[in-house]
Amino acid sequence: MYGWLWHRLPGPAAVRALILTLAALAVLAACFLWLFPAIAPFMPFNETTVGE
Amino acid sequence: MTSETTTEPAAPTRRERRKAGRSHARDVVYSVVGVIGEVLITLGVLLFAFLLWQLWWTDVVGNRVQAEIVAELPFEPVPTATPSAGAPAGPVIAPPRRDEPPPVMAEPAHGTTFATIQVPRWAGEPERPISQGTDRATVLDVLGAGHYEGTAMPGDVGNFAVAGHRTTYAKPFNRVEELQVGDPLVIRTTDNIWYVYRVTSTQVVPPSAIDVIAPVPGDPGAVPTERFITLTTCHPMFSARERFIVHGVLDYWAPTSDGIPAELVGGA
Repeated sequence: MYGWLWHRLPGPAAVRALILTLAALAVLAACFLWLFPAIAPFMPFNETTVGE
Repeated sequence: MTSETTTEPAAPTRRERRKAGRSHARDVVYSVVGVIGEVLITLGVLLFAFLLWQLWWTDVVGNRVQAEIVAELPFEPVPTATPSAGAPAGPVIAPPRRDEPPPVMAEPAHGTTFATIQVPRWAGEPERPISQGTDRATVLDVLGAGHYEGTAMPGDVGNFAVAGHRTTYAKPFNRVEELQVGDPLVIRTTDNIWYVYRVTSTQVVPPSAIDVIAPVPGDPGAVPTERFITLTTCHPMFSARERFIVHGVLDYWAPTSDGIPAELVGGA
């Protein structure tokens, strides 16, 4: 998977590594902004109220 | 080596074809296993990132947002003494009012921030907002502590019940276990009134124990005559198994125009 990605990226190794690093950071940012807040309510902790 | 391999360019024998086919199949298996492995490693990294987000980032965002909420509340300035008055400059201590029942504000709309809480025992903790409602999506995860809808408002006869996170989302009630009987809980409303409560007891209850926020805590049918406060948060930390409950009772109140409660003055 990552090998396939590596072989299809253009440029020398340094450029490819840079592209992959930026892509990983973008994925991480997307997770922090949208994915994690969306799944957090389904986690089985953090309940602070009584009742229900 | 057999003689067959040397007779080029002869077509590959059946045995060679079979061998090639087998090694091709092995390549496919290896690449499938490799992809599965990479997916699992990626999921592991994402799981770690989720922990980082939940345990650290929600605090970073929550602390910033809650500080902004408090800064934007329409509080009137609390008077301070001027040095020219003979006394040194500093806060004016509000005289405790117990002479008449405190003013009580009406319950605001869901999601409205109407008060703050300060707990001197939690030295170093900022003033935290209290908003109307206790659901996580619109109040507890985004605005800080939340007031149970339908319970008493600050200063009212009954039970002013507040829920807050003990871990994550700026964890306003993180240090709840440090509280001791007699500790002040200082509430300040947007009607510019201080309400100073004192802790009377703490307990750990199952999540279903709704009677801790009853008008008389622990006695759902009773008609209240006292002015209680109740804080609820999770227990143990990082678990939803039980709830940590703090009960208190109103000590005194004071308009913020009279000064600041002595409990909030450092070293007092």
